[in-house]
Amino acid sequence: MTALTSQNPHRFSLNQSTVGGSETIHLFGRLEFSETKALWTEVDVLVASASTPHVNFDLSKVEAVDGGAMALLVHLRNRLRAQGKYSEFVGASPRVQDIVHLYEGDLHIRTQHDHKSETMFAQVGRATIAILLETQLVLAFLGQILISVKETAHAPRTGNWREVWPTMERVGADAVPVVVLINFLIGFVMAFQGAVQLKEFGANIYVADLVGLSITRELAPLMTAIILCGRSGAAFAAELGSMKVSEEVDALRTLGIGPIRYLVLPRTLALVLAIPLLILLADAVGILGGLVVALTSLDLTVVGYLMETKRALSVWDVYSGVVKSLFFGVAIALIACQQGLATTGGAKGVGRRTTSAVVTTFFVLVVIDAGFTVLFHAFRL
Amino acid sequence: MIRVIDLTMGWDDVVLQKNANFDVTRGEIFAILGSSGCGKSTLMRYLVGLDAPLGGAVVIAGEAKRQFDVGRPAFGVVFQSGALFASMTVGENVGLPLVTWTDLNPEAIGAIVSAKLCLVGLRGLEDKLPSELSGGMSKRAAIARAMALEPSLIFLDEPSAGLDPVTSVELDDLILVLNRILGLTVVIVTHELASIFKIVSRCVMLDKDSQSIIATGAPCELRDSCADARVKRFFHRTAEVH
Repeated sequence: MTALTSQNPHRFSLNQSTVGGSETIHLFGRLEFSETKALWTEVDVLVASASTPHVNFDLSKVEAVDGGAMALLVHLRNRLRAQGKYSEFVGASPRVQDIVHLYEGDLHIRTQHDHKSETMFAQVGRATIAILLETQLVLAFLGQILISVKETAHAPRTGNWREVWPTMERVGADAVPVVVLINFLIGFVMAFQGAVQLKEFGANIYVADLVGLSITRELAPLMTAIILCGRSGAAFAAELGSMKVSEEVDALRTLGIGPIRYLVLPRTLALVLAIPLLILLADAVGILGGLVVALTSLDLTVVGYLMETKRALSVWDVYSGVVKSLFFGVAIALIACQQGLATTGGAKGVGRRTTSAVVTTFFVLVVIDAGFTVLFHAFRL
Repeated sequence: MIRVIDLTMGWDDVVLQKNANFDVTRGEIFAILGSSGCGKSTLMRYLVGLDAPLGGAVVIAGEAKRQFDVGRPAFGVVFQSGALFASMTVGENVGLPLVTWTDLNPEAIGAIVSAKLCLVGLRGLEDKLPSELSGGMSKRAAIARAMALEPSLIFLDEPSAGLDPVTSVELDDLILVLNRILGLTVVIVTHELASIFKIVSRCVMLDKDSQSIIATGAPCELRDSCADARVKRFFHRTAEVH
């Protein structure tokens, strides 16, 4: 028999004895929460050094034990049992035994077998299945959209039309200040950067061409769509996500009202109607931003700048941005609503889906924009 | 009125209940009982068609219930949280099914909404927002919305959850009134013993471990004469001895 004794200034003490193939950790005195840290450290050292398959905790000399101390002893005992060692609390007085029982220190714990870490193929497979399930959700959503559009077209009275105007106000009118500010600054910066180069060649007047074309064909539609994605797309996703987790979407269904028809179509329609108007406004203020630079840094006149802009731009340049914007609007609304309606899992789920809606929409907007650029180039538009 | 045939419910590889069979008779208050996590609320979702079962069928008034289709609903559903639409007033919440499914003019809809709110004890609260209501008032407003289209069957998911005893009793009285005076068939998910003995005519008890129905009958009968230890523990409020 060997014995190790712990010397400490606490109200508890402990030692360890080994008899044959069995080790016992003897605890003495009062095991209290206020000394849990020291108790944990000392017991853990003895437990870690145990080399036999049997490690028992002798509580016969324990005067008192509180919940915090017992919780950690139970944890250490469970850890031993999970490692395949036999471990019990022995010799406890009835009063201490009650606390052992209360903290389930007498519960049978199954041996924990080592988990094999997942192979790379399994991880790839799991990720693939998740992507396929998400794709299935998106396709099902698009199918429901088509069905709802068809049904609403056949019975227009069943559409939630009264939601369209307030939503247009929210996504359109309320976004005007930020759209104006951002696009004005974009035009301003474009002109400023262009002016530095164009001045070198005495081609100041062409800053109007540069700003006009880039704003109307690319920057105003894309920047406005990005603003609406961050503003309205996130709002749609969070709104529908909150409705989903608070059972409002289920309640709609039990009233016989399809969520797609009632919630998604009005939002999509409102965004598709509002976005071209915002883009026309963005075109105007973007060109205005360029004009400010032209007047202050390039010695151009208002009439000269505007005449050059008019000469450089065709109607199609403006239309092309508007055409793209319709697709942007549909993408922002549908992705946000799909993500919102796919929300599960409370507030965290709402946050996750809102983030996902914004990130996915950014990606899709850039893809749509690139697609249109190639298409317009191919058809020389 | 409702026939549940070999219903198996769950998702992915989790089965909550296997081959559940029971009937609900017209005009009764029928309760789905069981401990937390046994699938009571989930069963209600299958009964009303919000989820598709893994197997079996639910037949309501002779018609097999698939997942909810768009169309005038044949019954009302009250969710545990009330699930009032937060962006609408109480009056608009109650009026929504009427606006959607009837040709009534706004004045008539307003009259019906007022009458329904009066019925559930919320007279004059049409213009309040759901966020301005207490828990008990939200449940009542949700009942008024579920009653808007005069259904003959209503499902209630834990109507007393989170309510104080007095409000719970008032809600029980309301359910009794709807059942006795209007002849409404009520299917209720609950584990409130006081409510069960006061209003429920018949019940089924679900068990999580055996994934099956372990008892069917009147609550008093089950309390007094059922031999199953799990049923006894439930009705006598005793914990399982390990």
